[in-house]
Formats: sequence, C-alpha cells, structure tokens
Amino acid sequence: MTRYTSATPDDRAEMLAAIGVESVADLFEQIPEPLRLGRPLALPDGLSETEVFDRLAALAGANADAESEVCFVGAGMYDHYVPAIVDAITSRSEFLTPYTPYQPEISQGGLQVMFEFQTAMSELTGLPVSNAGLYEGPSSVASAGYLAMGATKRRRFVVSRGVHPHSRETLATYSEGYGAEVVEVGLEGGLTDAAALAAAVDAETAAVFLQSPNFLGAVEDVEALGAAAKEHGALLVVACDPMTLGILKPPGACGADIALGEGQPLGNRLDFGGPSFGFFCATEAQIRRMPGRIAGETEDVDGRRGFVLALQTREQHIRREKATNNICTAQALNALAAMVHLAWLGRQGFRELGELLVQRTAYARQRLAAVEGVELLHEAPVVREFAVRLDAPVGAVLDRCAERGIAAGYPLGREYPEHEDGLLIAITERRSREQIDQLAEALGAAVAAERGEFVNQELTKAPTEAVS
Amino acid sequence: MTLTETPMQRERAMTIYEKSKPGRRAAVLPDAGVPEAPLAELIPAHLLREQAPNLPEIAEPEIVRHYNKLSRRNFDLDSGFYPLGSCTMKHNPRLNERVAALPGHARLHPAQDPRRAQGALELMWLLQESLSEICGLPHVSLQPSAGSHGELAGLLLTRAYHADRGEERTKVLAPDTSHGTNPASVTMAGYEVVKVATNERGGVEMDDLRAKIDEDPDQVACLMLTNPNTLGLFDENIAEIASLIHAAGGTLYYDGANLNAVMGQSRPGDMGFDIVHVNLHKSFSQPHGGGGPGAGPIAVSDRIEPFLPRPQVVRREADNGHGLSFDLDHERPKSIGRLRGFQGNFGVFVRSYAYILSLGADGLAEASETAVLNANYLKARLADGRAGERLPIAFDRHCMHEFVLSGKPMKKELGLATLDLAKRLLDFGFHPPTVYFPLLVDEALMVEPTETETKESLDAFAAAIEQILEEAEGDPEIAKQAPYTTPVRRLDEVKATRHPVVRQPLQPPPPTGR
Repeated sequence: MTRYTSATPDDRAEMLAAIGVESVADLFEQIPEPLRLGRPLALPDGLSETEVFDRLAALAGANADAESEVCFVGAGMYDHYVPAIVDAITSRSEFLTPYTPYQPEISQGGLQVMFEFQTAMSELTGLPVSNAGLYEGPSSVASAGYLAMGATKRRRFVVSRGVHPHSRETLATYSEGYGAEVVEVGLEGGLTDAAALAAAVDAETAAVFLQSPNFLGAVEDVEALGAAAKEHGALLVVACDPMTLGILKPPGACGADIALGEGQPLGNRLDFGGPSFGFFCATEAQIRRMPGRIAGETEDVDGRRGFVLALQTREQHIRREKATNNICTAQALNALAAMVHLAWLGRQGFRELGELLVQRTAYARQRLAAVEGVELLHEAPVVREFAVRLDAPVGAVLDRCAERGIAAGYPLGREYPEHEDGLLIAITERRSREQIDQLAEALGAAVAAERGEFVNQELTKAPTEAVS
Repeated sequence: MTLTETPMQRERAMTIYEKSKPGRRAAVLPDAGVPEAPLAELIPAHLLREQAPNLPEIAEPEIVRHYNKLSRRNFDLDSGFYPLGSCTMKHNPRLNERVAALPGHARLHPAQDPRRAQGALELMWLLQESLSEICGLPHVSLQPSAGSHGELAGLLLTRAYHADRGEERTKVLAPDTSHGTNPASVTMAGYEVVKVATNERGGVEMDDLRAKIDEDPDQVACLMLTNPNTLGLFDENIAEIASLIHAAGGTLYYDGANLNAVMGQSRPGDMGFDIVHVNLHKSFSQPHGGGGPGAGPIAVSDRIEPFLPRPQVVRREADNGHGLSFDLDHERPKSIGRLRGFQGNFGVFVRSYAYILSLGADGLAEASETAVLNANYLKARLADGRAGERLPIAFDRHCMHEFVLSGKPMKKELGLATLDLAKRLLDFGFHPPTVYFPLLVDEALMVEPTETETKESLDAFAAAIEQILEEAEGDPEIAKQAPYTTPVRRLDEVKATRHPVVRQPLQPPPPTGR
C-alpha cells in the first residue's frame, strides 16, 4: 500500500525519462540477480490508519500499566507524574523531527536546550561538566568505565553490589570488549561493605563504582566510601537517582569524579523501559574524555550569542577509531523532557518533591514494617525506595496483590539470590497515603494467605529450595 | 534591522536561567498527607544537601513561551527538505506518536511481570519477526539503543563466537568509506581497525581486501560493511567478499544505516551477512528528536544466536496449554550479557511496528523503490547545468537511495568550499546534505532525498543549487559569508572547543532558610 509517498504515475514517467531508464527495476540491476529477493516479503500487506490504531490499541490493552493498577515498582524507573507542558513541548515538530544539530545556524533551539540541560545537571550533581545525555543509566556506567581506563591507563573496576544489577551486568558486558576486570564488593546491612571496598581497591584500580541511593534504596556515605578511590588514584564514579538530588548531598560534593545515572524520573514516561536518557557529569579534568554530545556557548560572525556542538574532536565522526566513545544518536528529545520538567518543578518545587518522597516513603516503610509477616530488609536511611522481607514466597504474594490491582514491588530474588524473600518498594508523588495503606493491607493479607498455604504444602512435601 | 531578519528569531538568546527570578514557580505539588518528621531525623545530616540545587525559578506561561521561542530557532523535517545523507530523513507519521502514547505502552513499568505485559512482549516479538524477514536472518535482539550500540553488540557477539571456538582474533576490517561509528565501535570492543581501500567503481577494492586478509587470516575477526555503501552504491562483489571473510573464519557485519535502499528488494542475510543492525530512527520512521532517541536492533544468523544479549523475547506454549504466551528469557548461558537497562527503547519499537503494519510488504518495497527513484532523479537533475560542471558525481553510475557529489571543481574554479554551498542553502530554506563525508571524496556532499519527498521538492532543491552556483560565478563572497537569514550566522566553533563554556555560570543561590 502506498503510504507517505507522493509520486504519481506521471511523476514517475517524467523522473524515469530524466534518469534515462525504462523502469525503476532498471535501477536495481546493480544488485546481482541472485541477491534480489524476487518475491514479496512474507509480511502482511499494509493497513489503513484506523486498522493500525486498533491493532496497537489491542496490544496496549493486554498490558497492566500504571494507569490500570497502583504501581509500587521502581528499580531504576519510576511512575512519576509528567507535567502536561512536557508533552506539549516535546511534541512540537521543531524539537521532534530534526536530526543531530550538525548545522548550528539552524539548530539554535536544540543546542540551547542542551546547554540549559547541561547547566541543570551540573547543578544537580555538583560537578562542573555535563554532556547532553547518553542512552540510559546502565550503559552510562559502562561508558564511565571506558573513560576511566583512558584516564588512568588501568584495567580494573571495583563495583559495589549496591549498584543496579543492570548497570553491573552492562559494565561486565562492555568490559569483555575493552578488556577490563570487574571486582564486586558486597553489602552489609543494606550498605556497601566499607572494609571490603577499601581492601579491594589497589594501585591497579581504574575506578570505584558506587550508587546512592543504592539498589536496595539505602543512602550510602559516598564521601567515606570514596576515600579508598582517592587514596589509590582511582576515579570515583557515582550513580544516582536525579529525583533524590534535591535532598541528598550532591556527588560532586562527596568527591565524585563522575556522577551519572538513569534520567527517566525527570520528565520521561515509563515506556516499558525506554527511551529515556542517561546523564553524565564529570570534573573539568575529564572534559576531553567525555562520551556523547556537549553543547558550548560561542558567538557568530556578527558577535551574536550562539551555541554549537563543542569538543567534537572527541567524537566518532571526526576521530573515528581514536574517539572517546562510539556514541552517535542518543536521547536529545528525552533530555529536553527532563529540562522542561526541571524548569516546571523549579528550585523550590524540586526540593519540595524530594521532601515529599522522603516523608511518604518513611510513612510507607513504617506502615509496612508493622504488617505481620513483613519486616525491613535493612535499616539504613532511604529517600524514595526501600526493601522488605516477606515471610512467604514473593512471587505468590505479588500475584495476590496484582489480583487486587496493586503492583506491590520489585522481587529481588533473581538478581540477589541472598534476598530470595526480598521485595523492593518505590514511592512517587502519585502514591497517596490511601494507596500506601491499601498496599499494607494487601501485602498483609497476601502473606497471611500464603503462609497458610505454605505451611500446608510443607506438610505434604519438602520445599525444593531453601528459603533464606 | 533589515527586512530579511525575523525580529523574534534575532532576539539575543537568553537562557531559561536568565529569565529566572527568586520566588517564581510553576509546580504545585500535593501535600504529603502523612505524619511528617524533620528531615534530619530520617537521613543523617552529613548526607543531606545544604542548599537546593540552582534550578530556574519561573512560572508556567513563561516556560511555555521560552521553549516555543527556542523551537522556532530550529529547522526541522516538518518544515522543509532535509536531504542529509545516511540519515534517512523520511516523514515521521503522527499515528505512531499516538499509539506510542497509549497508557498501555507509555505507563507500562519495564519490570512488570511478563504475564501482565503480554501485549508489550507480543509487540516486541512481532517486530523481531518482521525485522528478521526484512533482513533475511533468523534471530533478532531489539536491545541495542542506536546504530552504534548495535555495532558494539555485533563486535562483542563476534568476540564471544570466536572465544566459544577457542579462538582469539584481533583485527576488524572496514572500508575507508565507512561511517565513523564503525572504527570507534571497533576500538571500544577491543579490536584493531584495518582499513580496506575503495575501487574505481566505489566498491571494496578486492585485491586490497585479499591482501589484508592474507596478511594474517587467523586474526581477522570481522568485516564491517554498509551495502549500499556510503557512496550510495551497491557492492556487486558482495557474494565474493562474504566467501573470502567466511573462509578466513571471520564474521560479516552489516551496518544498516542504508537499509532504506533495499527493503523488500534484497536482504543482508541473503548477501551472506552474519550480523545486521537496523536503525529504527532511519528506515523505520522513528523521529530523530534533534539527536535521538533511536534504536538499533540486530538480526543474526544461527551460529551467532547463542550469544545474543539477554533478556531475549521468546514465544512459548502458554502455561495452561492453550495458545501461546510471550516471555523474557534470562537463561542464556552463552549470552554476551546486557547492553543496557531493561528491554530496550520500547517506545521506539511501538512506532516502528506501527510503521511496518502501515506499509506492509508491498509498502516497504515501494518505499525503497521510490527512495531509489527520487535519488536517481535528483542525481540526474544535478548532472545538468552548472551543478554538473562544478559538482560532479563522485562515481558515475546509477545510485541506490543516496549519492555523493564532489565540490572539488567548485572550490578550484569558484573558490567556494562545500561548506559555503551548505551554508548558502540554509538561506534558501533547505537543510544541506551531509558534507565532507565519505572522506575519500574531496569536498563531498552526500545527498539522500528519501521516498517521502515530492518531485517538486527535488526540483526546487536542484534549482537552488543552480542559483547558488550562478550567484557565485558573479560574486563568490555571497556564499562565503552565508548564511544571512538564520537566527544566528556562522558560529565560532574553534572558540567553543579551545575555551569550552559548557554550562551557564550562576551566582550561588540565596540560602533557602532550611
């Protein structure tokens, strides 16, 4: 079906005549005959717009989303409210449809957004240099590893087990390529084991990777933990949740050389995991090793203020195999969404939102800890996410909560087998006190019901796996 | 001020920070609604921030004005012709935006239990199947976030494939016409790049390829190729190239940036490629967003499949034995592992799948035909008149979806660099072609019109080039000082790199009183 094209039979005839061929097929003769497909693709024929809409709406309807159930799942992406102006601005053609700003004279809008975004991220993280965004959080961690190898000429990373499992796994994947060793340091009481970390860092360590709040929600003492990195000349890389940076001491003030993270909480929808963006900030010393685009301020020939892509000599389209990273297309529109959201929240609102998260999370934590069969997995301070242990199989409890329209949290068992009974619970400004109370009630009922059944099962057969 | 200047566009750029004033705000947040405790009782004081970060303070009406004004300082695909070579700036259907925004997609948490995300997983599976058929390769991973991420994935897959066979290879071959991301990805994946020369027909120089392989065949891990290549030409020797690489034990990687030329016409898998990346933001209509988001799924052959990233979307018999269900397979022992968080840029998958459904088998084939027709027509138009003399085609044969001109005679005869021509095109309301790429063509201009442009647009572009060249014959200075009508004129990029100012210097904010 002809879609989105305009060539009429007359157009085609005129165009073919101008080219000097009989048919379009003549143009494809440069493809050797055996390599021409010679049949239609085995795909359905094209559909009308209304049919496509209905198909996609049916698929969307087969998902339980955060509009149809109450979502307490976080683990790096959160059900925040995205203000209406974000959609209004990001859907403008002028932001939605240009390519990367290679022609700055006609790309000032996008370039200035990058500059404003870099300023905002630099303010949030307390580090002087920000890029204009990377793909998402975990691959940003892997890119920091590549930077650290270049900066230190060392090939060993020490990574806290509190760093997001996806980040640790992505770092390991990339390390297989660029040839680095990854050493993991465990958690004690929800926090990075400081003694083990200090023991693991040595003169061969390129970077120490921490996350705060860590994957279990606990706020780490980055400054204290980072001392080991400083002592041995390793870079300190801190992954952080941007929504907590109105409350928590910024990584730059804790000695971080690089602060990065998943940007989704800022103005981006859940989208089943993407597209979102990664942010990446660093000290001045690393500016020429940064991955990704960076906008810089300059002047035009008439002395008028303007913005360009700065430091392009780091990038693949100029430096090819010597580039500091291979990244090209990244997430400009998602960074715009973040910037609009941050402007909308503003200096006061951003802080207030952080405080709101802390207060509601404290309430939820206390409320859930009082539920029979639920206990805190750790007592460390938290901002917007915390972990509990359930005295019943987590999967079954989650199923029971889902039947009541509640997505109760993120099960820790797959990625933390030592916490097979663990559940991670996230709070956003969309989760009201009433919903938190509903969660407590649903979890309590589900655990109680499962404990009844679980005990009965134990009478008939031995559990196949030890429950820690 | 002259009449050609648009006053609003020529206002001095002010950042949102410069419009900020203490005490202004937009957001009104809900009350906590829970018993509150002092912050320092919940989080130790030494872990807390002393002052709120310095974000703008500005009310909603002014935020909207600010970003709307900024938007008008951008040129975009919806405003005009955008023949940026290798970028496939085709129309972005708005239907795709609508379906991506449905709450079942937009508000679906990525960690949702697969049993409650069946629609999303089915959509991903259907997209995998579609891309598999289009690429002619049996397995697809949607995980890579963009083309360069797909390249890195392909090289890590190559490494894992060889390691599994007990081999360690060090070299990756790539033509001198390759995209810059190719060699950058090679280095990131821990390999060494070996450049292969281009022959007089614009394809791989076979003798050079043989020589580079024969130097040390056991060290050849991979050949990365774009076909049609960055000159817009199909490499007729591809079957022989594939057999040479495979005989040496290497893998053949297809950079899918130019897939828009061959959809439903020829398939990389049938050409002998083992790994292909697809830029969903090029051939499959995801809007570019001013530099992303995109997505770079990879399609691979059977021998590469065991190493695909995890998790992988799979279709299984449903638990209840009735029908099929979809799942995320994390148990992939030979997998290279994750390349990113969660499952990939799902919102992009929704748009691209909607596009594939809209066009179907017939529409995709027609899109490629029209893309090739448009490119050859524009090439023919530019072979006439002044353009034909001053901007000759680099390799004179039928092209596929794009073609490359050389501004060498223009520079020699008129003193006009390709950059000058590009900047003067801005005054005529066109986005310029890709300039100075590929590197082996002097003063290169790489033109890709795409299938969604009308004949009238192509004619207007050809006429603009003719007019600029005619004007330059009279006074080359006009183009050399261009542009004149844009929000700013030529910018000092050297200054921005020598003395980078990459954020706004701000006064420290007044204490918050907290």
